[in-house]
Amino acid sequence: MSFAIPFEHAMMLAGILFFIGLAGVLVRRDSIFILLSLEVMLNAAGFALVVAGAQWHQADGQIMFLFILAVAASEVSIGLALVLWLYHWHKTIDIDKASSMRG
Amino acid sequence: MSFAFYIAGAVAIISTLLAVTRINAVHALLYLLVSLLSVALIFLFLGAPFVAAFEVIIYGGAIMVLFAFVVMMLGLGRKAMAQERGWLTLRVWLGPALLSAVLIIELFYVVYSGPFPAIRVVPTTPQDVAVRLFGPYLLGVELVSVVLLLGLVGAFHLAYQLGKKERAAHKRGMHP
Repeated sequence: MSFAIPFEHAMMLAGILFFIGLAGVLVRRDSIFILLSLEVMLNAAGFALVVAGAQWHQADGQIMFLFILAVAASEVSIGLALVLWLYHWHKTIDIDKASSMRG
Repeated sequence: MSFAFYIAGAVAIISTLLAVTRINAVHALLYLLVSLLSVALIFLFLGAPFVAAFEVIIYGGAIMVLFAFVVMMLGLGRKAMAQERGWLTLRVWLGPALLSAVLIIELFYVVYSGPFPAIRVVPTTPQDVAVRLFGPYLLGVELVSVVLLLGLVGAFHLAYQLGKKERAAHKRGMHP
């Protein structure tokens, strides 16, 4: 399996995915969709690291991806627990309702 | 053979766009799953099979299952869909989408201004990754274990408090 992938195109793919996620975080008000868009952004950042690791033939990019994976997993578990709290208090998952959170 | 990369990339972009713009949360999750699988395919093309497997197992498996659980626990259904449809108007979309587009055009400019050679794919075996992971990156592994522990404690705390409150409410309902 030997073929060349232009570095710019792979990086642009990572950038496009990241900015789709960013637009999603900015636009959506449903907290589940905000968490989903955050996952897209984290995944795109990890993808950029793997691409950079492939460019210079180092395994470090993949190791960074594993770290990002762990952070994403713990972030989503806490985030979804917070969504359940939000639903418990306000009977909605509109993120604007969370502006009244205290402590 | 590099056309496979472009096809997988196009699938990733389209499915991510659909995932972010869907009204129904379950449809969005399925589109996101397609996007993650196509990114895993690109990892294979880049000669990183270890990370591709992790992408499928942890992102496509564990994290998606967590999302699916929460979506089904809340069971929002039609009311939430109607609410979302009201929120997703062009006026709401336009500003963030335009600002993101400006940023991505800048990113294209930066990426294209550098002379980068094309990626010559050299497969990295799981052994290469593991040797570096448990050699120079041992401290990172320890720090990640602390992050995971904090996630565990935080999720446990939130769920425990919620369960206590609901049990108390249940008891009050039974003995008025």
